[in-house]
Amino acid sequence: MSKNIVLKKGLDIPVNGAAEPRLSKTVSPDIIAVEPTVFKGFTPRLLVKEGDRVLAGSPVMSDKKNASILLASPVSGTVKEIVRGEKRKLLAVTVQADDVQQYLKSEPKCNDAAEVKESLLNSGLWPFIIQRPYGIVADPAVTPGAIFVSAFSSAPLAADSEFTLASRIADIQTAVNALAKIAKVYVGIKDADSVFGKIENAEVNIFSGKHPAGNVGVQIAAVKPILKGDVVWTVSLAGLAAIGKYLSKGVYDVRRKVAVVGPAAIETAYVETLPGTPMKTLAGFYGGIADGVRIVSGDILSGRTVGAEGYLGFFDETVTILREGTDPELLGWAKPVRWSQFSTDHSYFSWLTPWRKYDMDTNLHGGPRAFVMNDSYYGKVLPMGIFPLYLIKACLAGDIDKMEALGIYQVLPEDLALCEYIDPSKNYIQDIIAQGIDLMLKEMA
Amino acid sequence: MKKFWAATVDAFSTFLKVPGTVTRKGAHVRDAIDLKRIMIIAVISVVPAAIFGMWNVGYQHSLAIGDGRLQILANFWYGFLKVLPLYVVSYGVGLFIEFFSAGIRNEEVNEGYLMSGMLIPLIVPVTIPLWMLAIAVAFSVIFVKECFGGTGMNIWNPALVTRAVLFFSYPSAMSGSQCWISLKAGENVVDGFTGATPLALEGATAQYGTGVWDYIIGTVPGSVGETSVIAILLGAFILLWTGVASWRIMLSSVLGAIFVGSIANIFGVGIPFWQHLIVGGFAFGTVFMATDPVTSAQTERGKVIYGVLVGAICVVVRLFNPGYAEGMMLAILLGNTFAPLIDHYVVNGTMKRRTKAAMKTA
Repeated sequence: MSKNIVLKKGLDIPVNGAAEPRLSKTVSPDIIAVEPTVFKGFTPRLLVKEGDRVLAGSPVMSDKKNASILLASPVSGTVKEIVRGEKRKLLAVTVQADDVQQYLKSEPKCNDAAEVKESLLNSGLWPFIIQRPYGIVADPAVTPGAIFVSAFSSAPLAADSEFTLASRIADIQTAVNALAKIAKVYVGIKDADSVFGKIENAEVNIFSGKHPAGNVGVQIAAVKPILKGDVVWTVSLAGLAAIGKYLSKGVYDVRRKVAVVGPAAIETAYVETLPGTPMKTLAGFYGGIADGVRIVSGDILSGRTVGAEGYLGFFDETVTILREGTDPELLGWAKPVRWSQFSTDHSYFSWLTPWRKYDMDTNLHGGPRAFVMNDSYYGKVLPMGIFPLYLIKACLAGDIDKMEALGIYQVLPEDLALCEYIDPSKNYIQDIIAQGIDLMLKEMA
Repeated sequence: MKKFWAATVDAFSTFLKVPGTVTRKGAHVRDAIDLKRIMIIAVISVVPAAIFGMWNVGYQHSLAIGDGRLQILANFWYGFLKVLPLYVVSYGVGLFIEFFSAGIRNEEVNEGYLMSGMLIPLIVPVTIPLWMLAIAVAFSVIFVKECFGGTGMNIWNPALVTRAVLFFSYPSAMSGSQCWISLKAGENVVDGFTGATPLALEGATAQYGTGVWDYIIGTVPGSVGETSVIAILLGAFILLWTGVASWRIMLSSVLGAIFVGSIANIFGVGIPFWQHLIVGGFAFGTVFMATDPVTSAQTERGKVIYGVLVGAICVVVRLFNPGYAEGMMLAILLGNTFAPLIDHYVVNGTMKRRTKAAMKTA
């Protein structure tokens, strides 16, 4: 009983640099990083020291609060360096990869919910499961109300799952079968022709509309909004593929196709690689010189700036390469027509030429101001039943009761990324929401 | 001290060029829209009303001294010279305070006052003494805007509060039949001429054939920019095309006025209901003042309630208050006051209903 859900609000940002659907190369890096910082709510405890031998799938860190949650090395090799930041905060563990990869073999069982959880915890793939509200690493002790999977990303330039993961449909089905033992699985697909429409053992819904229709948070809000006391889990499609492979073959394999995109990318295509791969291995895509170029692990709206020295994030399937917009623009806002810039606002005329695409850079196009435009200005890009500006202001005020009443449980920062994009007052809205969520985590713990 | 001047320096340099500031976190690309653009669109939308208002100042002067010729350029020049000092005072005093407080707060100067400063000379009588205007502008910008935290934080529309301050502090300069007509020293009004606004005359076609078309074109006495419905509609077109102002507020304000006006008509009270839309400050207020995104209602439904309230109260004041001929200023300020309350109930009600609906499906 699939539903066809049409989301009218949203915006597809017309930016140049989408990936051509072809595999450019396979990157097998010498060094790989396991970064605990990308997992919200995960406090790392080291399980290895420099010089230790690890296999692909060997645990290298566990969560201090719940020792059964493990992070694994995606490659076999030798632990090269424990990277620490300020106050000795653990930033990464780097592993020097072997030439020939050896996998930690195991025989996972998944006859019931408890066995599925145990298998996933042992595998090191558990952190693929995100718990909402708040977007933290799932707590194995809770039973979620449902498990949501978005089978596509609608973010600008994001990797096309029909290209990257269609061949992994069998693994994905295996994972869905296992997760369905824990809770009902919902899958959101883009259109009726999608390969992932064939997934069984789950409720498949079609979400049509502009970005953020592919955000799992938006899909949850449309199907079954998260209320106070509700807990749901979400897993990315790439996560399902890795889980499925582990459950069927017993190996930890998080290899994935990653889209290298962006208006400043020399070549836009897919590469097959591992999370934790250094960005340097993709030097060919940004021309080797990272000056004046921003390298983002993730999509253009919510990705992390990692730079040439950084690594591909655990969850990320897109690397976005952008030019830093540090050049001032003479008479920018005062020009009647600003031909090279896109604006969704009708104060400019680019909405009259919807076929055009733009070489966007990272310029802010203005200065920070208090919010002047009203709630409905932001609401037109948010297809959820909440009032974005009221929620943002509640977060700014740190008012827990208001945040609760206005729907903080339903959102993650990425869901309001478009509000941030269109904001004429140039606020960092995703950051405001993230701080609101941190406050909730602290106060509700 | 260096920090204090930074706001001023920044305001002028960013006026000329969009700075090379890049996004620090979150969305890596940003829309080209900024508040400067939105404000300049709003300012441009007022230009037709301002230009017509200047001409009309000259035209009313000509009428008063018994010269009924249109004299487009001569009348405009006369009005321009009369209105220009109002603009100098409005922008001079207002922007000085804006820059000063931005320096104190160590923030960038907000563009909001560009619109307020554009509106203020258009909603006062052309004869207003400049020192009065300066005091009112200063009071309004300091106590209604900066004290609340600057543009975006204010509860009432600063331009309207400027008018309210003048209205209640210096009533003799703000009402009656003399203040709307500017005369040179030594000039006398010809016999039979009255400078009273159509509203004060109960809409009667009492003098020199003032009729409906005069109201629509705007060749009647009144505040500088409020008289011409045609010029205001041009502005409304710009605001609605660009989406800077809300069509919901404009439409519902018109409907609110028609509603109260026609009920009054049923009981034989007041001018025909449709004339409320074209006389006095109704059109100007509905298009340029009630739609201020900061002080109006924020939610879609709230905007409708707010608009109806503004339109209805305006006509109520006009009809049932013998003291004030015009009600738009007070109606919008009252609407501003109630806008947060309206939104509060809209937001809370909607969220509660959605929660209930979600609990049912769960």
